[in-house]
Amino acid sequence: MNRFLGFIKKEFYHIFRDRRSLFILFGMPIAQIMLFGFAITNEINNVDIAILDHSKDATTKEIINKIAASKYFSIKQFVENEKEIESVFKKGKVKVVLSFEKDFSKKLVKNNNATVQIITDATDPNTANTISNFVTAILQKYQQELNKDISVVYQIIPQTRMVYNPELKSVFMFVPGVMTIILMLVSAMMTSISITKEKEMGTMEILLVSPLNPFQVIIGKVVPYIFLSVINAIVIILLSIFIFKMPVQGSLFLLGAESVLFIITSLALGILISTVSETQQTAMMISLMGLMLPVIILSGFIFPISSMPLPLQVISNIIPAKWFIIILKAIMLKGVGIAFIWKETLILIGMTLFFMGLSIKKYKIRLE
Amino acid sequence: MRIIGYIIQKEFKQIFRNKGMLPIIFILPLLQLIILSNAATFEIKNIQFSYVDNDHSSTSRALIEKFDASKYFQVVSSFPSEKNASSAMLKGKVDVVLNIPKNFEKELLKEKQASLGITINAIDGAAAGVENVYINQIVQKFNKNIKISLMQPSDLKSTPQNITSIPSFWYNETLNYKTFMVPGILVLLVTMITLFLSGMNIVREKEIGTLEQINVTPIKKHQFIIGKLFPFWVIGLGILSIGLIIAKVIFDVPMLGNIFVMYLYTSIYILVVLGIGLFISNFTDTQQQAMFIAWFFMVIFILMSGLFTPIESMPEWAQTLTDFNPIKYFVEVMRMVMLKGSSLVDILPQLLKTLLYAFIMNILAVWSYKKIN
Repeated sequence: MNRFLGFIKKEFYHIFRDRRSLFILFGMPIAQIMLFGFAITNEINNVDIAILDHSKDATTKEIINKIAASKYFSIKQFVENEKEIESVFKKGKVKVVLSFEKDFSKKLVKNNNATVQIITDATDPNTANTISNFVTAILQKYQQELNKDISVVYQIIPQTRMVYNPELKSVFMFVPGVMTIILMLVSAMMTSISITKEKEMGTMEILLVSPLNPFQVIIGKVVPYIFLSVINAIVIILLSIFIFKMPVQGSLFLLGAESVLFIITSLALGILISTVSETQQTAMMISLMGLMLPVIILSGFIFPISSMPLPLQVISNIIPAKWFIIILKAIMLKGVGIAFIWKETLILIGMTLFFMGLSIKKYKIRLE
Repeated sequence: MRIIGYIIQKEFKQIFRNKGMLPIIFILPLLQLIILSNAATFEIKNIQFSYVDNDHSSTSRALIEKFDASKYFQVVSSFPSEKNASSAMLKGKVDVVLNIPKNFEKELLKEKQASLGITINAIDGAAAGVENVYINQIVQKFNKNIKISLMQPSDLKSTPQNITSIPSFWYNETLNYKTFMVPGILVLLVTMITLFLSGMNIVREKEIGTLEQINVTPIKKHQFIIGKLFPFWVIGLGILSIGLIIAKVIFDVPMLGNIFVMYLYTSIYILVVLGIGLFISNFTDTQQQAMFIAWFFMVIFILMSGLFTPIESMPEWAQTLTDFNPIKYFVEVMRMVMLKGSSLVDILPQLLKTLLYAFIMNILAVWSYKKIN
């Protein structure tokens, strides 16, 4: 046991001696979570709009004023003909053009109907759709004002309650996601690198002939990183509570325990990566190239999993980050206890055991 | 020139000798392009829908049927009480609960107005907003129908004025998400591969100690750097080419613009990335440090590129920061050229900025590279 402690001490010395890595290790997550918490949002506002007004009368002017007054749009320019729309879109500044037909007011009074075209640059389909809905909503409101003396009959009025996130803040969505990415990548990358480094440098051989058995070597390598990652997790949770006002409705203890579990899962994944790669370069490329995009895209961090095609929904189940994000949101925003998330917890435990078992099987005591 | 040729030869040999790396460089990115492009969609569908019907009238049933018929909602279950419904929501089984109060129909007929409870799981705020729009559309349509079926002539004083709005979605009429995402994800893969490989490369020689051996040879600084980076430049363009073929063949993404404009831009863009990689290499001692820094910038570049979330929605200061993000320009150019058919003149601002960026980054990188440690 004494020997083992000595080994762990050596690992800590290694980590603390490399000031630069240590600084990156702690500075990076803080910088990232601050940046993303404030900057990333998928709410849509400040959309640049251009107007093509063929009639230029009182009604169209009024509608344009309504649009200018909305917080979603700022009027960028007026175009004169259809051709110009194309060039405006190609330059990429304006996202939507509103085109009023000729004699808009006249037609509205005479035929009780006038047409306006909402032309959106749909290279970004989501934004285009949302913008189109916003413009339609403004037009509808204006239309209601026009018809306000006509009594409205038989109405069902929906009373909507947004639960768990009444202000629809996108921070609530992104902070758990960013936290997951940071913990996952840092833990997996660090362990896989530190183990392959010994292999590449040839010092692994020395460790293997020492009286420590191979499992003690691996565990000794991992323990310091568990410690560091836990500190990282604590810092991130504190930042999200105090700076982003994320509520922790559920138990703080449970949150901590689940975070430790997820860190261990990621470390186990890191060990597995290190057993299959010979050089640091390979280990890093696997943990960066192999993990970064799948974790960002398939975990439900940005894109809703329920909208994905079925095969991908199935694949998303093997991403540990998916389960951790569900757990985080459940504890922080819904305030539920273990009774509601035992299934996700068990899955994470199962994955950890699987990664460990596979690593033990693949682990070579001898070097070639 | 001959010396550069030899260094390039050596680098290529080293890359192709490492059998573990080859699939990571060439197959993994393309596999990700194929798989992940399908996953990246903001479209909200399959909304898990449930209801609590306390009224059991023909109107309430008709309303629920409307939700059932909508392609966005999937009726999972009905609950006897609100309590059961909210516990199901806690478990994450349902996203939206419709709560029809008692005497719903009676009230509607008597007061001409009835209210309807709707509960939406709003953790994903943006999705909740969209779900709310869908619900309102269905209810409004339903309202119109009751009006027609129940209205008496006296209810109508005059014909209402109507503004018809016709939405038209240019460049992507069907709002297909893949044509939007494929070019973007391809950008990420090209950038990640070139940045990680170049960032690790020189520092690896440093760590292993072979850099010192090269330093005592007559190889000049610029020869060494060009020889080191050229292979990655080729690999980057290679991945772009295969990616474009995949985009065309598998995803049927249009290529409206000139493909040479794309290659011209990309070949300058990769220089920026390589410059950053070399710069990182110079300021680190171990591969581990280099990777951490590369990873740090990569995550920031990805999430602030406008690829997944719109840049216009970011606060002012963050938008200013994105001006320093090379990926942002590449994503813009890629989408403009492929999807809108923008010409060289249209992308000139991005091209010039990227050129300037490449220039500055590479000067910094060469300047900070010291032959003698």
